[in-house]
Amino acid sequence: MNTVPGVYQGTANVIAALMLLLEFGMLRQALVRDQVRLYAAQSALISVLAIVIAADRNLPDLYALAGLSCALKVVAVPLVLRRLLGAQASEETPGVVGSHTLSPASAVLASIGLAAFGFFCFGSLGIHSAEAPALALSIAGAMVFVSFGLMIVRRDVASQAIGFFSLENAISLAALVVAAGLPLLLETAFLFDLLLAVVVFGMLIRAHHARAKSLSTADLTRLRG
Amino acid sequence: MIGVILAILIVPLAAGVACFLGPARAAGVITIASGIASFGLVLALIPDASRGTLNYWSYLRADAVSEIFLLATGFLYAAVAVYAAGYLKGRTERYARRFYLGFNVFAGAMLAAPLMSSLALLWIAIEVTTVVSALLVAIEDTDGAAEASWKYVLIASAGLSLGLLATIFAYYAGAQVLGAHSNLAIQPLISAGSRLPKTPVRLAFLLATLGYGTKVGLAPVHTWLPDAHSEAPTPVSALLSGALLATSFYAILRFYQIAAAALGSGFPRGTLLVFGIASLLLASLYVFGQRDVKRLLAYSSVEHMGILAIGVSFGAPLALAGVLLHVLAHAAAKGSGFMSAGVFTVKYGTKQMTMMRDGLRLLPWSGPLFLLTILALSAFPPFGIFRSEFQIVAGGLDSGSYTAAAVLVVLVTVAFFGLATSVTSMLLTPAQDAGAAERQPTQAGGARPADGGRTDGAAVAVRAGPHASTVLAPGEPSAWMVVPVLAGLAVLALLGVHPPGELTSLITQAAAQLRGAP
Repeated sequence: MNTVPGVYQGTANVIAALMLLLEFGMLRQALVRDQVRLYAAQSALISVLAIVIAADRNLPDLYALAGLSCALKVVAVPLVLRRLLGAQASEETPGVVGSHTLSPASAVLASIGLAAFGFFCFGSLGIHSAEAPALALSIAGAMVFVSFGLMIVRRDVASQAIGFFSLENAISLAALVVAAGLPLLLETAFLFDLLLAVVVFGMLIRAHHARAKSLSTADLTRLRG
Repeated sequence: MIGVILAILIVPLAAGVACFLGPARAAGVITIASGIASFGLVLALIPDASRGTLNYWSYLRADAVSEIFLLATGFLYAAVAVYAAGYLKGRTERYARRFYLGFNVFAGAMLAAPLMSSLALLWIAIEVTTVVSALLVAIEDTDGAAEASWKYVLIASAGLSLGLLATIFAYYAGAQVLGAHSNLAIQPLISAGSRLPKTPVRLAFLLATLGYGTKVGLAPVHTWLPDAHSEAPTPVSALLSGALLATSFYAILRFYQIAAAALGSGFPRGTLLVFGIASLLLASLYVFGQRDVKRLLAYSSVEHMGILAIGVSFGAPLALAGVLLHVLAHAAAKGSGFMSAGVFTVKYGTKQMTMMRDGLRLLPWSGPLFLLTILALSAFPPFGIFRSEFQIVAGGLDSGSYTAAAVLVVLVTVAFFGLATSVTSMLLTPAQDAGAAERQPTQAGGARPADGGRTDGAAVAVRAGPHASTVLAPGEPSAWMVVPVLAGLAVLALLGVHPPGELTSLITQAAAQLRGAP
């Protein structure tokens, strides 16, 4: 029997849906700095969701996780990204604007298809959790597919990196739904691992820009697997 | 034993820091000492790991399965550390410091992974291997290295994200039985067995195979592998191929144990069979027509990872023992293969096999050793890979998987022809006589000159680089680059002819654990 979602479930679902919308925003966005801002906003939403779950389900560890996640993903990672990208992120660097392999409209349409596929795939699993509504897991599934779509349709290293970081946000959302009780120590280790990955991605982006004078990956065709 | 396990974790990291902060001239010696010490520590673990599972502080764990993978990594760490001393001759101090820092941390992360008691910590260790090795791939600072490292870090990290998702679903499954404060420890999840909910376990295994399979190099998610292996410095290529792929396969094995306990072995075995056959088929066809010697060996790695997956899919005790022996033999063979191929690239100044000629004569040690390595990789007796593949095929026939065993034999044979035809001409075809042609000052492919223009009575001209006519004299670039290959072949012969009793007991115990024994 279907029941009407309560305030807590409704809030969690709305936050998850907003995260998915921001994912589409990153897909559509042309400038690196705006993509970084959208990523920070998406990360802020995941921290808010952690607080909502912590308050409603009495899981105090999640407050600490929300604080750490906010400090790392909303503040540190965007800061590191802006600093590592340096001048590239502050202006319309050649290779980012117009790096779509599809037109923006086609990319969004294709991503809607991917999102629907992910949504129904994860929804059909029948996985339920006491901590968060199952609908949020389906939305996390949609985000996973759209993140992969973002990495595929954009031919510039900055967008591909941000696609990867937002993929990590999608997995964080899934973790909040099905693994909210995961020990804090492990969650913290995941977050610091993300920070390490951000630094390495940033270094490789800088190295690429120094060689190619562009963030575009259109010329990375010498090696074909 | 906790002291030994802690030392395995600490020694490589301390060596990395010492190499970065200490005098550059000492970095090579420190790394060799660290590699040999780590291998010695891993050997010291064998008796206790054979007897049962060692658990410490809820976070560290060693059993027979993890010890097999520690042995593979420990041996290669020591061998490649010696090799690197010769390979880095003539490099700048800055390059050497960065290389040795990354090299030791990379080896440390690979040694840490099998010692982690939980799936979460295992994922973190493997993710660390990715980010560190991506920087090592990029260290050559060429266009190819930049492209390969970007593709590697993006594809492997995206794959590992699926591995993380698998870990989260494994937690969800475990929490239903073990409670919300379960810390993803491997043994309790295996022990929970059939009480675990089926759907999340099935999903976790699929995602883990696809996610960690990206790092293993299983088709169709192998595309980063040939690029990264060919563009990385040769010592890094050897570690990537011989140790990193196996370490990632270790993660799949742990998910396999959990899935087999929860679902029965049919589903995980079927999944691995599909990935294994696809990898073996792709690699056996792609080894034909390769021109870059390191790409050739990289595709051979895809082939051998496919063999591992197929071997596990057979499920028979003999096949599982063969798989574990194959992990060790492949580490020794592929490490030796890359190291001797690295001697060729240094000698000829190119990675293109069409530019390499008369290898058996111009490299009096490395030429024959490379030939033996290729024979070992092609499962010729008396080397360890012959024994391991024989066990895998026999195990497959034993378990009634006749078609898969036949396909394995056919595709391995096809791959042998591919390897043999590619390598024969670079070893046996005589170099053209160019008389007193002068040595070209620059080399192709970013590789360094080998002989420094040395010419003596036996000097001949070979096609080395796009401008041809380079005079090369017979001789090895460095003895440091030959000794570890000899050691690798000695290990391969030992594994093939008469594996030590302690090792046989360890493999038997590990195979039993993969079949569900405690």
